[in-house]
Amino acid sequence: MSMRSQVLVEHHGVATGKEMTTWQTLRRGVELSPELRKGIWVTVLLAVLSTLGRVLVPFVVQRITDNGLLAEGGPDTQVVAVYIGIALVGVAVTAVSAYFVNIRLFRSSENGLATLRLRAFRHIHDLAMLTQNTERRGSLVSRVTSDVDTISMFVQFGGLMLLINLAQISLATVLMVVYSPLLALVVWLCFVPLFVIIRKFQGIVGRAYTKVRERVGDMLGAISEAVVGAQAIRAYGVEDRTAERIDAAVEAHRKAAIGAQARSVVAFTSGQLVSGLTTAVVLVVGTVLAAGGSLTLGELLAFLFLVNLFTQPVQQATEILNEMQNAVAGWRRVIGIIDTPADVSDPGDAGVTLPRGPITVQFNEVGFAYPGGAPVLHDIDLTIAPRSRVAIVGETGSGKSTLAKLLTRLMDSSSGHVLLDGVDLRTIRFSSLRSRVVLVPQEGFLFDGTLLDNLRFGRPEASEQDVRLTLTELGLDPWVATLPLGLATAVGQRGESLSAGERQLVALARAYLADPDLLVLDEATSAVDPSTEVRIQRALDSLTRGRTSIAIAHRLSTAQAADEVIVVDAGRIVERGHHTELVRLGGVYSKLHESWVAQQQAV
Amino acid sequence: MNVPPTSTLREGRAVIARGIKGQPRWFALAVVGSVVYGVMTSLTAAAIGFVVERAVAPAIAAGHVTASQLWFIGGVMAAVVLTTIVGVIGRRIAGGVAMFNLGAMYRRQVTRQYLRLPLSWHHRHPSGQLLSNANADVEATWNIFAPLPMALGVVVMLVFGIVQMVIVDPWLALVGLTVFPMLFLANVAFQRAMSPRVTRAQQLRADVSEVAHESFEAALVVKSLGREDHEAERFRVVTHELRDANIEVGRTRGRFDPAIEAIPTIGTLAVLFVGTLRVSSGQLTAGQVVQVAYLFSILAFPVRALGWVLAELPRAVVGWKRVSAVLDATGSMTFGDRSLPSGAASHLQAERLAYAYEIESETGEPDLNPAVVDVTLDVAPGATVAIVGPTGSGKSTLTNLVMRLVDPDSGAVLVDDVDLREVRRGGVSDVAALVAQQTFMFDDTVRGNITLGAERDDESVWRALDVAQGAGFVGRLPDGLETHVGERGASLSGGQRQRIALARAVIREPQLLILDDATSAVDPSVEQAILARLREASSGTTVLVVAYRMATILLADEVVYMEGGRVVDHGSHDALLGRCLGYERLVTAYAREAAEREAIAAAEEHDEHGRGADAAEEVSR
Ligand SMILES: Nc1ncnc2c1ncn2[C@@H]1O[C@H](COP(=O)(O)OP(=O)(O)OP(=O)(O)O)[C@@H](O)[C@H]1O
Ligand SMILES: Nc1ncnc2c1ncn2[C@@H]1O[C@H](COP(=O)(O)OP(=O)(O)OP(=O)(O)O)[C@@H](O)[C@H]1O
Ligand SMILES: [Mg+2]
Ligand SMILES: [Mg+2]
Repeated sequence: MSMRSQVLVEHHGVATGKEMTTWQTLRRGVELSPELRKGIWVTVLLAVLSTLGRVLVPFVVQRITDNGLLAEGGPDTQVVAVYIGIALVGVAVTAVSAYFVNIRLFRSSENGLATLRLRAFRHIHDLAMLTQNTERRGSLVSRVTSDVDTISMFVQFGGLMLLINLAQISLATVLMVVYSPLLALVVWLCFVPLFVIIRKFQGIVGRAYTKVRERVGDMLGAISEAVVGAQAIRAYGVEDRTAERIDAAVEAHRKAAIGAQARSVVAFTSGQLVSGLTTAVVLVVGTVLAAGGSLTLGELLAFLFLVNLFTQPVQQATEILNEMQNAVAGWRRVIGIIDTPADVSDPGDAGVTLPRGPITVQFNEVGFAYPGGAPVLHDIDLTIAPRSRVAIVGETGSGKSTLAKLLTRLMDSSSGHVLLDGVDLRTIRFSSLRSRVVLVPQEGFLFDGTLLDNLRFGRPEASEQDVRLTLTELGLDPWVATLPLGLATAVGQRGESLSAGERQLVALARAYLADPDLLVLDEATSAVDPSTEVRIQRALDSLTRGRTSIAIAHRLSTAQAADEVIVVDAGRIVERGHHTELVRLGGVYSKLHESWVAQQQAV
Repeated sequence: MNVPPTSTLREGRAVIARGIKGQPRWFALAVVGSVVYGVMTSLTAAAIGFVVERAVAPAIAAGHVTASQLWFIGGVMAAVVLTTIVGVIGRRIAGGVAMFNLGAMYRRQVTRQYLRLPLSWHHRHPSGQLLSNANADVEATWNIFAPLPMALGVVVMLVFGIVQMVIVDPWLALVGLTVFPMLFLANVAFQRAMSPRVTRAQQLRADVSEVAHESFEAALVVKSLGREDHEAERFRVVTHELRDANIEVGRTRGRFDPAIEAIPTIGTLAVLFVGTLRVSSGQLTAGQVVQVAYLFSILAFPVRALGWVLAELPRAVVGWKRVSAVLDATGSMTFGDRSLPSGAASHLQAERLAYAYEIESETGEPDLNPAVVDVTLDVAPGATVAIVGPTGSGKSTLTNLVMRLVDPDSGAVLVDDVDLREVRRGGVSDVAALVAQQTFMFDDTVRGNITLGAERDDESVWRALDVAQGAGFVGRLPDGLETHVGERGASLSGGQRQRIALARAVIREPQLLILDDATSAVDPSVEQAILARLREASSGTTVLVVAYRMATILLADEVVYMEGGRVVDHGSHDALLGRCLGYERLVTAYAREAAEREAIAAAEEHDEHGRGADAAEEVSR
């Protein structure tokens, strides 16, 4: 692989986000979902309030025990009642503030994640076609579905709980120091190893979860093949092989998930282990201290209670940190796609808006290579006059579709320039470009909806009347009349309820209805029967007067009808001119024509 | 709200039972771990009391501490901690394994259904929804196995705690017992509120997946028509619906959560209050009350685990319903046990075939759209028959019937006198190969796409490619046969994909080869070459070819002309030309068009005397 193509590959691929640290990911994540931050301080305040209530209760219980139950001279019912009253107030405060915390958190996190989803979705469409192709569709879907779902648990509770836990840990530390600085030191010393372990495990757990997310993407890719390729799989009886491929992906996911689970369990239980052992150590050291007279038994037991107040949030925090790594793994993938540059990008407001009217197309020394591949187009110099109807012909794989994609800026050329009306394609606003130039790609795609919806896809404001008019102009109204429900016929997923030729008719009419000034047809009628094709050809002939049209076709009937034929061979334009002249020329085209004629002449 | 809670509970129990049956060992291990954890947690307080009484207090009283006392304290506590930890590890890891095993198990089952169910079923179910069934729904179903072992362990703890309380003082225990049912009732009410909301959220999750999947598959069309904003809007609508549904779920949780959390605390306070009264009246010691209060506060947290399970239950039930809709889908093809004879070209017969697609009528009721009507064919072994017909006339439907991708509504397809419905699974594709109109490429290498996993040496792969006229370009690919073609063959040109699809059929040396417009994306010269090579290579093959081009048609011994799903006429090309107007129109369309153009051109040339004669230019190579 050459240096250049290497760069291209890196340039074109989707960023994985793996290189981001946890902290960077969190920061970028919050940046992308500003709702997560909005009003967070009120939520934090409420959360602190609810935590205070939670902490208050055990304290009160302790007071009740010490001052009420164990009061000198028998239990003091009144003290108990007062304390219980206080505790009930605490419970009420906790409940009410927890209610608001929950609601606020749900609202902000769901809003934030919806924003993130939308942003990622939109960006995926903005990505260059080639970048989109580096990822499986199933994997792209996972980036706006399950990857985002993974984040939700953490942003709903985790982030906030982490803050509260930290607060609780600090509070408990202060209280412990007040009771016994020495024991407090012992507790902290016991926890030092845990902090080291947690730090180390954060990385390990994070990587494990990242792997899980990737496996989910692979799994969806494999499963979607079984769904989208249903016919091919049945035709070749390769159900077993497909099942094996899916099973491999499912198994890889299962292994990764269990691996991640095991690692997070180790991280979590180390927190529990340290907490438990700390209690033991505190008891031992406390006993020594108490035996030495510097501590009473009551103080020791009270201190144990504080230790519990300290270890509980630490344990919870280790759990949340695990959850955070899971979220970060999902977040990385979503951020990764959002931060992948859209190479073929819209110049936006800075761009040029083309006035309406027939378009002149110009290629200046255009060359193109797919990332990692050899050049496919070389030094293309070409001018297509406005209002002309041009046919592009050539062997399969000679670069015709590539040319069409450069012309419609689905990709940018590797060298040279493509100009429309003398303006560099790269400086034209997309809104202008896409409404003026429309490509009917070789692989048409219809949406699961009615025929009418599909026809209107390029111009939603078109009325049913407009649609009918267009169909009449193209001579397709008799065909629509044969459909069970006419324009209301459901075309099915990917248009599969129509025949292949019918799908092409729809794609063609859809593009035509969008009313472009430059219409590029990439084998748009390859599956349509000859007499329909000829009919449409004629309709287009008269309709495209006043616009520029470029048609790629293997059926040379299209070439015969064109003002000019451009012959592409191995990535170069080798001949151009009118059909009759090219036939006379005796070059590549005349050979193609010979085979074509041989096919037809047999009548 | 109209879902009675008992049904969710009952259905939830059924889901759980199914899960346990699927992973009994791991589940049992997780529950054992959980029980160990539960018992040890409730023993912790007792253990502390025990060491304080046995070692700490005596040491403090004595004013000095012995090493053995310290070992005793440390030892007992460490033993408790370690046992607890073992329980936790067992519960979490075994629970996780059970959960992920179940996920994998059901993903396999669900995808097996995808592979088994007929094409008509696939037509009715959007891919995005199916992806969601296999992913999010399976996950939602078995997620309940994360808190479940814990909750079951808690039951042991509960019993343990209650027994302890009863031993200390039945009256105080009674206070405790009234709190637990309250908790349970709160949970049931919670669930009842959650159920419909969760159902909606889960459906919307699938809808989001559906829109995303369709939109990303359509990426090229979206781009070329500049409809990104429109698609983003479509996605925004479902995303915001999902968001609102999730917020609703959250709001419900937000309402119940604090209440459920408060109940045990209130219980503790009640115990203390009642306890104090009983201590006052001398029926209890203060120590006993403290012990019960402590038991209570310890139990409070794990009891919530039961709440988690109940909270997860609606989601599990919804997930399961969606998964089982796939698992219970019927209509998969049945197979016989006969094999088709091999070794010689097949004799293909179709007897009065009829097939209609299921569609929805205007009123949304199921209706039928006949695509093949009363078609009878007889293709002699080794013969080539061309099927010709206008767009939408039922040709592809017929090829699907012949390959038994769908079964006819009436009539039968016989190959060598065997009804295809009696042939064993995989028996048809063993002898017949279809090159479909729409090529499908697997995300695999060129080789993988041709052999489809069968053991083939390089030589035969190249030979097949050679026949399909694909050897040249494959040779030029960076890694030759090992080149990855990308998802759906994204890195190949349309004609290249088609030639690989052809090679895929050729390499199988089928006795019956069905070509459905399989050369539409290749140029005329390549098509000529392919047809010539096919003719050489397939001498022992019966060929059914859907074609428009004269050259292809001329290869055929017989032509069948279809219109509107019916065979209008059949016979030799010449015969049909003479007597079938529709056929003549169709196959001579290009020639007539060319003739007309030439006439016009000649007239123009006459008018403007060689206007563009020198416009033809040879561009330098
Ligand atoms: N995404 C891609 N990545 C890498 N190589 C590609 C990609 N798309 C096309 N190619 C290669 O570029 C060359 C030209 O492809 P292109 O699609 O332009 O051919 P074409 O002339 O349209 O052929 P056809 O008539 O078969 O459609 C082919 O060799 C093809 O393998
Ligand atoms: N899944 C489906 N649901 C409903 N109707 C369908 C479905 N598939 C095809 N049809 C209809 O059945 C008829 C025959 O379709 P078929 O694909 O067999 O045509 P065809 O002869 O192969 O056409 P083409 O030349 O365009 O490939 C068409 O009118 C089509 O609209
Ligand atoms: Mg092409
Ligand atoms: Mg067809």
